[in-house]
Amino acid sequence: MEVKVLSAKFDIADAHLLEVAKQHGAYATLEKLFAMPPADVIDEVKNSGLRGRGGAGFPAGLKWSFLPKGLDKPVYLAVNSDESEPATFKDRYILTRDPHLLIEGIIICCWAIGCHDCYIYIRGEYTTQRKALQKAIDEAYDAGYLGEKVAGQDFRLDVTVHRGAGAYVCGEETALLESVEGRKGQPRSKPPFPAVAGLYGCPTIINNVQTIASLPFIIANGADAYKAYGTEKSPGTHLFGISGHVERPGMYELPLGLPLLEVIDKVAGGVWKARKLKAVIPGGSSTPVLTPEEAATTTLDYESMAAHKTMFGSGGIVVLDETVDMVRLVKNLIDFYHHESCGQCTPCREGLGWMLKIVKQLLNGEGTTADIDLLRELCDNIEMKTVCVLSAACTMPVRSYLDKFRPEFEAYAADRAKTEAA
Amino acid sequence: MSNRAHLTFTGKPFQFDAERDAEFEYLVKRYPTRESMILPALWLTQEQEGWVPGEAIAYIADRIGTFASQVYEAATFYTMYHLHPVGRNHICICRTLSCWLRGKQEIVDYLAGEIGIRPGEVSEDGRFSLEEVECLGHCGTAPVVQVNGEFHENMDVEKLKQLLAGLP
Repeated sequence: MEVKVLSAKFDIADAHLLEVAKQHGAYATLEKLFAMPPADVIDEVKNSGLRGRGGAGFPAGLKWSFLPKGLDKPVYLAVNSDESEPATFKDRYILTRDPHLLIEGIIICCWAIGCHDCYIYIRGEYTTQRKALQKAIDEAYDAGYLGEKVAGQDFRLDVTVHRGAGAYVCGEETALLESVEGRKGQPRSKPPFPAVAGLYGCPTIINNVQTIASLPFIIANGADAYKAYGTEKSPGTHLFGISGHVERPGMYELPLGLPLLEVIDKVAGGVWKARKLKAVIPGGSSTPVLTPEEAATTTLDYESMAAHKTMFGSGGIVVLDETVDMVRLVKNLIDFYHHESCGQCTPCREGLGWMLKIVKQLLNGEGTTADIDLLRELCDNIEMKTVCVLSAACTMPVRSYLDKFRPEFEAYAADRAKTEAA
Repeated sequence: MSNRAHLTFTGKPFQFDAERDAEFEYLVKRYPTRESMILPALWLTQEQEGWVPGEAIAYIADRIGTFASQVYEAATFYTMYHLHPVGRNHICICRTLSCWLRGKQEIVDYLAGEIGIRPGEVSEDGRFSLEEVECLGHCGTAPVVQVNGEFHENMDVEKLKQLLAGLP
């Protein structure tokens, strides 16, 4: 089931080095690229149907076309390498095993959007990954693929790596920009969207690492070759991260559209220890959970996920076996989002803390069924009442556990009733 | 949000060493505004000292030409900046979803029993400090432990014992 489009060089020894990467085709698209007018590059990417791989799935070419024309301001590209959504661990393979693929993608994107200054925002925890990326950038400068004249063309491009320092919220586009500008990562109100007023008030495109790394294949082989993978509405391939209770967790490149359970069984070796499947988180911790019955009809693409009232997200699949206590899992989730709230909006800052308190009460045998209803109500009252979607990233999944596994929550509430009766 | 309001002062003046000074001057040219150097300068400080002493806040503000409050804001918001000294070996254990599912608690419990440190503490001899952190992006090789920035994947108590024995 696995394919090798983005991961073509991942298993080649030392492919992170320019010399080796070049032997396997790195930077080979540049000659073709610079013969194409930028508008044609945007059209090719639009035609490929490539969607943003950070989680939101917004069409990449369309995003680029939102840049205002004829402005007397620089255009910036910010590459989002914050990769912080729990269960997401795909981009770092690009950073360490084929960083020149990312740099080649950056050159393609910058040529298309007329950008000369690119910032790669990498999460602070990615220490070894940052070093690998910086080494590749230094190599690219030395070889003339970055700098005053990219590949000998009259085109300047500078790439700078900017390190985050432990804030999940900086994966949100505008929080990321705030962080590059030296402030705390509090998301901005939109509009204006970054394509109009982004980094330093200038038009800015923000794309995920995997999105950018998909570009060399599209330019080299054409939009149709890319669309040959995947489904009509979800073309291409994706680096899926499969973790949790499976025999062979790991990162696998697959075309979109494959049946979820078949992938778990055949690619990841099935549920570990011969246990039964309890549930699947399909695309990172913020996506609503699927029961085994729902998972049985789900395929790995944007439209099937939407039909099952969940999201494709970042392609981070988590398999939960029959032993998982869903109330404890929900506490783990709320802990994360509460800790990562930037504190800007009251419903998120206070509300997630309130939710955490209620779940802790339940776990301590001090909660009632009314508390479960309150938790459910809080989800509805917090969601979409904040500047960014961090709070929704918590309430959407929590609501799904409450609705699909309510008896487990009620069992904890019954503990208190029993104690009181005694 | 986490409570990180307090700085720790050493009573000694702070400045970048020659290597960090050169790195600062190189990086500052890569941004159109000097304020963009706030996060990089805090990283340079932490690389040099192992943590961010209170004295560094005003120093960085002066180097950049901004208010100390702006540097303080970043230093206290971003949780990877250590606002007090850590152990020679700073151990981060991922506590989030996939690491939690695959047994991170056994590792935390072992450290509490063996070295006697809980998350947020430094051992008495200064050899270890422990922090439970949110998702480290290594869910496919969970549970994961990071020591002084180096990742150690597929951790269990046995592997942790070996790892600890080899640390200075």
